[in-house]
Amino acid sequence: MLRFLLPLAVFLVVAAFLVKGLFLNPREVPSPLIDKPAPAFKLTQLHEPDKSLAREDLKGQVWLLNVWASWCVSCREEHPLLVDLARQKLVPIYGLNYKDQREAALGWLQQFGNPYAASVADLDGRVGIDYGVYGVPETFVIDKNGIIRYKQIGPITPDALNNKIIPLVKKLQQS
Amino acid sequence: MIRLIAAIVFCMLPFTAAAKEAEPLAEDPVVEQRLNRLAEELRCLVCQNESLAGSRAELANDLRREVRDLIKAGKTDREIVDYLVERYGDFVRYRPPVRPSTFLLWFGPFLLLGGGAAALVFYLGKRRSRLQEQPLTDEDRRRAESLLGGGGK
Repeated sequence: MLRFLLPLAVFLVVAAFLVKGLFLNPREVPSPLIDKPAPAFKLTQLHEPDKSLAREDLKGQVWLLNVWASWCVSCREEHPLLVDLARQKLVPIYGLNYKDQREAALGWLQQFGNPYAASVADLDGRVGIDYGVYGVPETFVIDKNGIIRYKQIGPITPDALNNKIIPLVKKLQQS
Repeated sequence: MIRLIAAIVFCMLPFTAAAKEAEPLAEDPVVEQRLNRLAEELRCLVCQNESLAGSRAELANDLRREVRDLIKAGKTDREIVDYLVERYGDFVRYRPPVRPSTFLLWFGPFLLLGGGAAALVFYLGKRRSRLQEQPLTDEDRRRAESLLGGGGK
């Protein structure tokens, strides 16, 4: 009996691992930045290049940092969700315009709508590196103390927005 | 015919003198050498099966630039790897660190090897006990002889 059960058991264990692996997304690498302070930055604003925006300016509120670019195709995919979210006035969204050209970025926002309280221009991608960005778009939820609480890699999906991001934002706003 | 064979043999000769690597453009060869060595050990997160040295993704370019700056700033290799791990996690390293969460990764293969060896020993032991020699009785011997001898010359 054991002769048949043992190989079957081994097979089932291996199969369970493989099935699990089938549904994992290798693009989603756990970020070491979760529960760490958001890296500092001070960049010029996209709309008003003579003004800058720094991390310290945003302390004391829960905010989203959305990394986007006009050359990024998946950004178009998530953009309507961001515009919608901005309309609800639930949480301010700040944009990190990653390695983009100013004209192209401004045109993109004009065409698809601007959900951002402000966007800052990360021309050489250095701030992006500090935030561990490797697959635009990415979205961070940052709490009142400037701690990163959540990171979405790739476009925001309605599921992630409604089941993770919005509940988390509400919880953080109350604390 | 001979010429054909010669041609085929010639084609099979190993050509070791392949293309040389491109000369680094930057001014300091020492820095570039360290950069290349480090970049071989680091993963490009955009094309995850390529090293930072081999990848042509834009992010890999940026990260190489960042590593180059850190080398020039006099950071040690360890500090540079830590800098990247802080941002991208252990995944950026091709050699994952040994720690409780990676024990299975590091020692799992040996565990499997040990398990396999134990199973083999167990199986061979059981097989031997099943194959115990049974000495021939006199009766058997007589029967065998009569069968063999009965064939006649």
